[in-house]
Amino acid sequence: MNKNNLILYSGILIFGLVAPFLFPAFKVQLSILCVLIVLATTWNIQGGEMGYNSFGNILFYGLGMYLCASVQVGMFFPLAEWTESGGEKTFVHTPTQFFQGMAVGLVVAAIVPTIIAGLIGYSILGLRGHYFAICTLGLGVAAGEISGGIEIIGAGQGFTTPPFPDVGSLEARGEFFYFLSFFTLILTFIAVRSIYSTRFKLILNAIRDNEDKAEAMGIETMKYKIIGWMISAFFCGLAGGIMGGLVGYIDSTDVAFDGREMGVFMVLMAILGGKGTLWGPIIGATIFHIFKEGFWTFFLGWQYVALGVLIVVIVIYFPEGIMGWLREKYPERFGEVVDEKDRKAQVELK
Amino acid sequence: MDFMVFQYPMITVQACLDGILLGILFALIAYGMALQWGVMNIINIAQGDLVILGGYIAYFMYLYGIHPAWGVIVAPVIMYFLGVLIYKLVINKVVDRDLFISILATFGISILFMQLMNFAFGADVVLANSDYGTTMLFNNNVVLPNSKLFSAFISILFAICLVIYMKKSKLGRAIRATAQNARAAKILGVDTEKVYAATFGINAALCGVAGALISITFTIHPYMGLPYTIRSFMIVIVAGLGNLPGVAMSGMGLGVFEEFADYILGTEFRIGSVFLLLVLILVYRRFKLSRKREYLK
Repeated sequence: MNKNNLILYSGILIFGLVAPFLFPAFKVQLSILCVLIVLATTWNIQGGEMGYNSFGNILFYGLGMYLCASVQVGMFFPLAEWTESGGEKTFVHTPTQFFQGMAVGLVVAAIVPTIIAGLIGYSILGLRGHYFAICTLGLGVAAGEISGGIEIIGAGQGFTTPPFPDVGSLEARGEFFYFLSFFTLILTFIAVRSIYSTRFKLILNAIRDNEDKAEAMGIETMKYKIIGWMISAFFCGLAGGIMGGLVGYIDSTDVAFDGREMGVFMVLMAILGGKGTLWGPIIGATIFHIFKEGFWTFFLGWQYVALGVLIVVIVIYFPEGIMGWLREKYPERFGEVVDEKDRKAQVELK
Repeated sequence: MDFMVFQYPMITVQACLDGILLGILFALIAYGMALQWGVMNIINIAQGDLVILGGYIAYFMYLYGIHPAWGVIVAPVIMYFLGVLIYKLVINKVVDRDLFISILATFGISILFMQLMNFAFGADVVLANSDYGTTMLFNNNVVLPNSKLFSAFISILFAICLVIYMKKSKLGRAIRATAQNARAAKILGVDTEKVYAATFGINAALCGVAGALISITFTIHPYMGLPYTIRSFMIVIVAGLGNLPGVAMSGMGLGVFEEFADYILGTEFRIGSVFLLLVLILVYRRFKLSRKREYLK
């Protein structure tokens, strides 16, 4: 790690730590931003690096959301009665119960989707290209439709997550969720960054570039594909668990398995920033979130129209993303050696 | 779980007939999907939204006092031009690119259409009443609305017309040539750009017909598009590209499956079971192919 990087990282860290106190009105937005960055970065592991474009990571996100909330409630109270009473506060978590439940819930929310990804990975990851994309899209939507029919987690009427306990300060809820999501973001970043400096990343790239050749070279591609998907699932589940607590209400198709919103956002953010780069999804998510919130605030009602147009425009005119554009413009910054003669020839050609 | 459907033969017959009549409609949509997939190598996620839009055209005619069955003629004309417009604006930029790009771009179009329809027509579930009455079969134990029979008849009619058109007309031949080898067709003087536009237009027109029929027989809602896309995708992958009898058969099979899923699992799991079936079919084919060390691509 050189000096510039150190300054950059510590700058971001300090900004992240003081941000909720500097902009107290934006705490919730900042927490959502952290979750979005986690989702985009982990989508990028198998979407960008491995070349398996999934619309189905929303499955793990929604599973994490339901699992975290269910565990948090189910540890102390009967789950069926809780969901039946809807928003009625007949059961109240004490602060200890709330935090204990949240901690256990998040662990479950991270681990169960990982196991599920491992179990279904062998079947699903054998599909390639657009079959994989459509299959995962189907998985995500099916999960939403099916969970909307299960009584114990609220079925169609939704699931209210435990309300934040009274711990003295009114700001405590926002701060708790902000630091939880920011901590998750740091964890994700460290994990992804360390993954990207190993042989594992090279294997994923080999799978993306030519899977048959990679297999012929003696790489057990299936094993690595499953591991890549499991890493994605782990962080998606974690992010889902946090988001469930943050939103406070889980609906099967509008909040948890929201393939139309969050499921596309992940893909879009990663593509906007630049697939297959470390910083791309982070930049993409930040820009996307600012744009989205602006639209959601000023053009209420037209947000999906704008979203649709945005998807089409990004995909058609900007498929390389911001990092790809920068890379083309300043190849030296990315450690690519550009031959002087080559560049002159290119200029002459133009 | 409710297995009543198997205990009373009349309910079984009812479910089968309903499913077959529904499946013919699915097959019509899937035919459009297969056409554009084969010719342009595009998977159109907005397929279902085009269907719903066609349905709204018929519904509007119904609101203004015209019999909605005329929508079968009006909707495809409007949808053809809309399809060509979509092609000119978006699709022609993704035709020769990666399939994932086309999936994502049409996903964007799908979201756009969904929301525009929601604004224009409201979020209510609507249907255009055709007043065709019902037919009773087997001692009045099986009820068949005549509108379903009408819709199946019209779908078959349109499918036959299209097949003949594809075989005989100049444009049909150009479309088939482009599907076989776009480059060779270009060299031999086929204006592929025009062929692509026409293909997408024909696909949209087929969706328009299917949508008008759906608005008469079933209900339409702005957000109901995606299941139709998934159904047609599923039918195409089961039947294979360019296999018309296969498309018809698997369409009807899917219709029957859905009716039985509706009876056995309950209506709330109907759409979910369709999507799960898609996953299961893909996984089944993946394992079948992997024995020969091949894969779906």
